[in-house]
Amino acid sequence: MRKLLFESLFRRPFTEPAPTPDDAAVAELATAVGHAARRRLGRSLSIREVDAGSCNGCELEIHALNNAYYDVERFGLRFVASPRHADVLMVTGPVTKNMREALGRTYDAVPDPKWVVAIGDCARDGGCFAGSYAVVGGVSEVVPVDLHIPGCPPTPTAMLQGLLALLERVDAGAVTS
Amino acid sequence: MPSLIDLMLEGRQVREHSPWRRAVVDASVWDLAARELALGRLGLLGLWGETSTVHMAIMQEHPAEIAVISLDCPDRVYSSVGRHHPPALRLERAINDLFGLAAEGLPDPRPWLDHHGWDVRFPLGDRINAVSKASPYRFLSAKGDGLHQIAVGPVHAGIIEPGHFRFTASGETVVRLEERLGYTHKGIEGLMTGANLERAVQLAGRVSGDSTVAHAYAFSRAVEAALQLIVPERAVWLRALVAELERIANHLGDIGAICNDASFILMHAHCSVLRESILRASHTAFGHRLMRDIIVPGGVTHDLNDGGREIIQATLGNIRLRFPALVELYDNTASLQDRTVDTGVLKPALARQYAVGGYIGRASGRSFDARRTLAYPPYDGLRFDVPVLNEGDVNARVWIRVREVEQSLSLIDQILDRLVEGPLLAGVEQFGGPREGMAIVEGFRGDILVWLRLRDGRVERCHLRDPSWFQWPLLEAAIENNIVADFPLCNKSFNCSYSGHDL
Repeated sequence: MRKLLFESLFRRPFTEPAPTPDDAAVAELATAVGHAARRRLGRSLSIREVDAGSCNGCELEIHALNNAYYDVERFGLRFVASPRHADVLMVTGPVTKNMREALGRTYDAVPDPKWVVAIGDCARDGGCFAGSYAVVGGVSEVVPVDLHIPGCPPTPTAMLQGLLALLERVDAGAVTS
Repeated sequence: MPSLIDLMLEGRQVREHSPWRRAVVDASVWDLAARELALGRLGLLGLWGETSTVHMAIMQEHPAEIAVISLDCPDRVYSSVGRHHPPALRLERAINDLFGLAAEGLPDPRPWLDHHGWDVRFPLGDRINAVSKASPYRFLSAKGDGLHQIAVGPVHAGIIEPGHFRFTASGETVVRLEERLGYTHKGIEGLMTGANLERAVQLAGRVSGDSTVAHAYAFSRAVEAALQLIVPERAVWLRALVAELERIANHLGDIGAICNDASFILMHAHCSVLRESILRASHTAFGHRLMRDIIVPGGVTHDLNDGGREIIQATLGNIRLRFPALVELYDNTASLQDRTVDTGVLKPALARQYAVGGYIGRASGRSFDARRTLAYPPYDGLRFDVPVLNEGDVNARVWIRVREVEQSLSLIDQILDRLVEGPLLAGVEQFGGPREGMAIVEGFRGDILVWLRLRDGRVERCHLRDPSWFQWPLLEAAIENNIVADFPLCNKSFNCSYSGHDL
């Protein structure tokens, strides 16, 4: 173990420079976040992830956000274990009928102010699962969505861009809309 | 002497079924098969329904022989397999929820996938447009002084899929764990019905995100079996290449995550870096980090990009350099070993009874690996070992993964060496039908079974059985008498799929 730790003293970090916030996401947020974001959060957001029925593909890439290359914590973005600790609910999947209630309850458990980020193509409108007897549809059918990050699954970079856009918006305490 | 399977198949053989045989049998043969399963002379590979038929895929291990037997049930009732052979229980509960086919004598008639939230009952069988009657789900009881229950989920603390765990504990010790799944049920088999092949393979690739390659691979092979389609040589090799890249990426992620659940974060950090390197190489080589929608019926949609071979080789070289130090770290850290050795033991007898595949089976003495036992191409021409251990604990499941990473590295070398030039895709011609096909493919988690019937250019019925069906129940057994705090460790060492199971 000492050797591994020693090596990392000299090796350059894997961590990559921050991507620029996604323009489309910034535009989307200008209307979505606006009035809710009066309070400054000190450039930090606590995120509670909820899988509302995804195939797990999006979760794999959300996990990657925590690896040394993307290292979301350096931006003040932190995944938390309870919705009670969260500012942001990050939701994946087409919402299944079997998860509708659990998603609603999790949203209710997040204190205000709060934002919902929907991750992946399924989270927008059910994606390729839309129309099934077992699927409600997109996340916005159940809880209000502030930002949507598309992809199947979105890359960690795309997610980071979207989250940074959210962070800037929140940080500015914007009430422009 | 005719084999057991031959005896089973004395019913009406279905000629359009390929590559293994299928026969429509009567109730007595069905019952005989159930009893043979109970005696351990056969293994259950799958059990699924249609409007008025149930099908059972069975396997005899030595020599490996596979068959499907089907029972017509015009009265929507059939004789329960689960009452003889517990691995069938959840499958029969699911068949009842989806098709309205009742297993007579089923010891556990509680609904499984139907949580009373659909607007329809028996959505894939004789549909009734009504919500099933809501009743509280009765968890199995445990009796004793001072027992308490802990309810976890469906929304868990980590970034993972939803499911409910009900623990009954005596102090710190788990007396009983009962799982309740079905939360991510998306009705994939319903969406498959009537889909064209293009849409169907897209759905197959979204059954379980971490096995997107393996599920699309199994689906495509089943279609090819049904249509007697020959896949071009280059595509055969590229398929194995993406399958092995997926296996390495998942195993690396798991090894790190298991250590993380024992609070040994250093392993997790380093394994995540190696996992990321595979995803990046995959993106460069095939245009998608998880290699989605690459494998389709008839071949592959995407060739190796320029520079793809070089980046894969460089990535593998780096893993060869870095991984041994991590393995050594795992092996030499006493505090970590203290958590994984002798924790969450799955006894070989149970592994055999459930015919459980993947690292779970191979860590508990069951050597089945579809790449070896069924030797589908190109694995019939590749050299690799199938590591097997007998301890059945978390540690053994880590070691099987470690050894399989090493085997996959060698497999990719061989594949790249033998990759021939040529076309990527054989065109699927118009077909009438009915044509039936089945395939079993070794994903990172274990053997995936796909059975389908095609007619007039579309999927008439497709069943996808994720390995998790036979792994989830064993987690309940493995956690017994362990402490609650070791559950994440045991759970991660199993790493069953929720979505793959719930469909």
